[in-house]
Amino acid sequence: MPFLDRHKADKIGDALFKGVSFFFAVSVIVLSCLLFAVLLWEAIPALRAFGLRFLYTSAWDPVRSVFGALPAIYGTVVSSIIAVVIAVPISLGIAIFLTELSPAWLCGPAGMAIELLAAIPSIIYGMWGLFVFAPLLASRVEPFIIERLGFIPIFRGAPLGIGMLPAGFILAIMIIPFISSVARDVFRMTPPMLKESGYAVGATRWEVIRRIVMPFTKSGLFGAVILGLGRALGETMAVTFLIGNSYGMSAGLLNPATSISATLANEFTEAVDAVHISSLVALGLILFVITFIVLAGAKLLIKRFSLAGGGRA
Amino acid sequence: MRKISVICLLTILCLMPGYSAFAEALISGAGATFPYPLYSKRAYEYNRKTGLKLNYQSIGSGGGIQQIKSRTVDFGASDMPLADAVDAGLVQFPMAIGGVVPVVNLQGVHPGELRLTPDALAGIYLGKIVKWNDRKIAEANPGLKLPDDAITVVHRSDGSGTTWIFANYLDKVSAAWHEKAGVGTSVNWPVGVGGKGNEGVATFVKRIKNSIGYVEYVYAVQNKLTHARLRNRAGEFVEPSMDTFTAAAKGADWKGTKGFGVVLTDQPGKAAWPVSGATFILIPAEPKDCDNAKTALAFFDWAYKSGAEMARSLNYVPMPKDVYEVMEDAWASGVKCGGKPAWKR
Amino acid sequence: MPNFLYTRRKITNYAALGASLLSAAFGVAFLVWILKDVLVMGAGALSPAFFTELPAPPGEAGGGLANAIGGTLLLTVIATAIGVPSGILAGTYLSEYGRGSRLASAVRFIADILVSAPSIVIGIFVYAIIVRPSGGFSAIAGAVALAIIMLPVVIRTAEEVLKLVPDATREAALALGAPHWKVTVFVVYRGAARGITTGVMLAVARVSGETAPLLFTSFNNSFWNWKLNEPVSTLTVAIFNYAMGPYDDWHAKAWGAAFLITAAVLFVTVTARLVVGRRHGG
Repeated sequence: MPFLDRHKADKIGDALFKGVSFFFAVSVIVLSCLLFAVLLWEAIPALRAFGLRFLYTSAWDPVRSVFGALPAIYGTVVSSIIAVVIAVPISLGIAIFLTELSPAWLCGPAGMAIELLAAIPSIIYGMWGLFVFAPLLASRVEPFIIERLGFIPIFRGAPLGIGMLPAGFILAIMIIPFISSVARDVFRMTPPMLKESGYAVGATRWEVIRRIVMPFTKSGLFGAVILGLGRALGETMAVTFLIGNSYGMSAGLLNPATSISATLANEFTEAVDAVHISSLVALGLILFVITFIVLAGAKLLIKRFSLAGGGRA
Repeated sequence: MRKISVICLLTILCLMPGYSAFAEALISGAGATFPYPLYSKRAYEYNRKTGLKLNYQSIGSGGGIQQIKSRTVDFGASDMPLADAVDAGLVQFPMAIGGVVPVVNLQGVHPGELRLTPDALAGIYLGKIVKWNDRKIAEANPGLKLPDDAITVVHRSDGSGTTWIFANYLDKVSAAWHEKAGVGTSVNWPVGVGGKGNEGVATFVKRIKNSIGYVEYVYAVQNKLTHARLRNRAGEFVEPSMDTFTAAAKGADWKGTKGFGVVLTDQPGKAAWPVSGATFILIPAEPKDCDNAKTALAFFDWAYKSGAEMARSLNYVPMPKDVYEVMEDAWASGVKCGGKPAWKR
Repeated sequence: MPNFLYTRRKITNYAALGASLLSAAFGVAFLVWILKDVLVMGAGALSPAFFTELPAPPGEAGGGLANAIGGTLLLTVIATAIGVPSGILAGTYLSEYGRGSRLASAVRFIADILVSAPSIVIGIFVYAIIVRPSGGFSAIAGAVALAIIMLPVVIRTAEEVLKLVPDATREAALALGAPHWKVTVFVVYRGAARGITTGVMLAVARVSGETAPLLFTSFNNSFWNWKLNEPVSTLTVAIFNYAMGPYDDWHAKAWGAAFLITAAVLFVTVTARLVVGRRHGG
């Protein structure tokens, strides 16, 4: 009898434990659906008022209650692209260094240093950028750029030290660790046999990397880049400090601009009008959807790479 | 390892009640950054005197209005008089008068040296005047050497009563501004960099060469920014000061204005600072937490009666006795707790 | 001619490898640069008052950020208390029950995306579901926002490390007649304890440096507060407000706060990686 009782208790315990862990697992899906639903619900007044025009008009006029998301989307996308353009070659270099060049004793510390860059909170980057980096740009770098490269429209403007380019640069520093650590992992998955056959026919190290490792890891690398892009798109604090918070679009990358996240950080607790608040939530919704798609893409690419036999081959 | 972490956690948990011993009543307010130095100074002193914690966060007037409308704070603060205060179930009253001043970062120009006409100021903020040596600026400043450099305009990035006062002024003096931007706690800025709060604008003007911004006077004083003189309605170039703010408030009809929402921009009077304004407190007419409401009113009463000197030391004009008595009457008739007045004089 | 070609290939090789060395140096240089500034400016701003006093009114020197230090601890502790158990349980489901199931891969997929999702959006979400309905900014709203950010991080690391426990161990315990849940709790968890601790520490480090979701939830407070239904000050929000402000004293305070938060985050991260996570390091 006691045996049976224990058996029963165990069964209940099992069911309970499985049920609870199931509940929390499902809660992730519920949570993200809820997140989407709540944002959509709160954004409805704005979407109803402006419809699709919200996406491609550029007014942000709380006085007349007319809102368009284009400048914020533009700023988010452009600053993130600047970040990716700067970060990708450097991250690849770092990944190559860590997998191919670094002596074994340096591999750990150097890898750790890069990962610590990822651990530093975003607000520290923002603050450092505003206090240290922006003044340096304003006094040394930007006047030089404007003088020498000012004939190209994107390099015109006033040397403020804050704006699209500085924000993009800080974003680049922030996403380097993410891109380089994924790139390092996929590089490591290249079968040694492939590389050795390259060396066997007399290829240099760089040729092996360029002609064998990179083509082999292409989709994984692409996933890493997209992951970095996704990170940059959603980044808030550093951008808010450095982008200049000017709602408008300008071709000049030195000019102040805005991004979705910076607009939210500045205005969300302070908007008065219901349509204004709703428009801000709609911006949040757009950001959520864009990053969701981008990150999902990155995830799929990386997954396809590792399923396609990276590592196991 | 595990033991250590358990001990650590226990220590933290034991320390917490120790601090909460002096966690008495907490009143939370949010809004205008314009009076922030004043309110937080008063809250700091009041806390020392009574132990009451009045948490005032300067998030901008727009924020103050939104947060009190959604009742997430005990009181809101705004420099923009709320026209629909009564309809929103709020009681509105002024706490102090101050001035918004244009501040510049121009090498070799000292405080008060630069003179700006309403046209020049509106032109700069509309993006029509882009260089410091523009004729419209230079005409009023014959003795001043103005650089041939681009003007960097600094404005607020958040919803702001300071912006409202400033825009309200520009709207009155410039048809082009009325046409293009209008009046609001945040407007559709044609040009410029956005700083968060009066604090943020002051920071940017301090850092960016050849810039111009607008801040509440105390921020200009505390941060040693270079203010400009403005030409007022009487045609005089006046300096911002307690006297010129007081002069602007001279003709104010508090009793006769709905919700006491007096606007003090572009006032007549030779000495009047043209961009003056009162800053207001908003409290619910039927607060959900009556104890908090009563405590808050007691604080405002103390602020009216004993906080005048603090206001002057920070260059705000305190409300005169005859005005604040009117306000306290309004509390008595306007703020109700379960049907009974929350305030007795 | 072949000799020339060989030289060119060699030069390209060295140039490319040199560039990769430079980029690694670039990354490390920025780390050192930022840390140096935070250390130098931050350490100069710290004083006993910084840890014990409340903020002074704006424009007045003195005071400290004691309330923000307390607030950050409070929020992190509550967020951990919510986020870690639920994350570990969800991770348990993925590793123990849901291997190969479609639901589990959906959870995994979504969790991976949420790890990198913009945290400011979580702030809006929590504002809409907690702050506004409950009628005020509150510590608990901030903690919930942080817990939501923590959840996917914990789930994924928990799953990974639980999977590392060999199936033979599970089978051995099951064969002794122990119920599945007891096997999971007493055998699998114990086997994965180190890894789970690492994951939890990294998740704690991640959320304690968050700012964006707190702006709309826990808000800010100029005084002490331990009440969960009142706004609370945190180091990160204090940095945001103070760094944006014009006063030199505020800037010093912001650097001090930056120093504290960076030191704490990096200490936890390094400890997690070096000491606890040595086994799966690399």
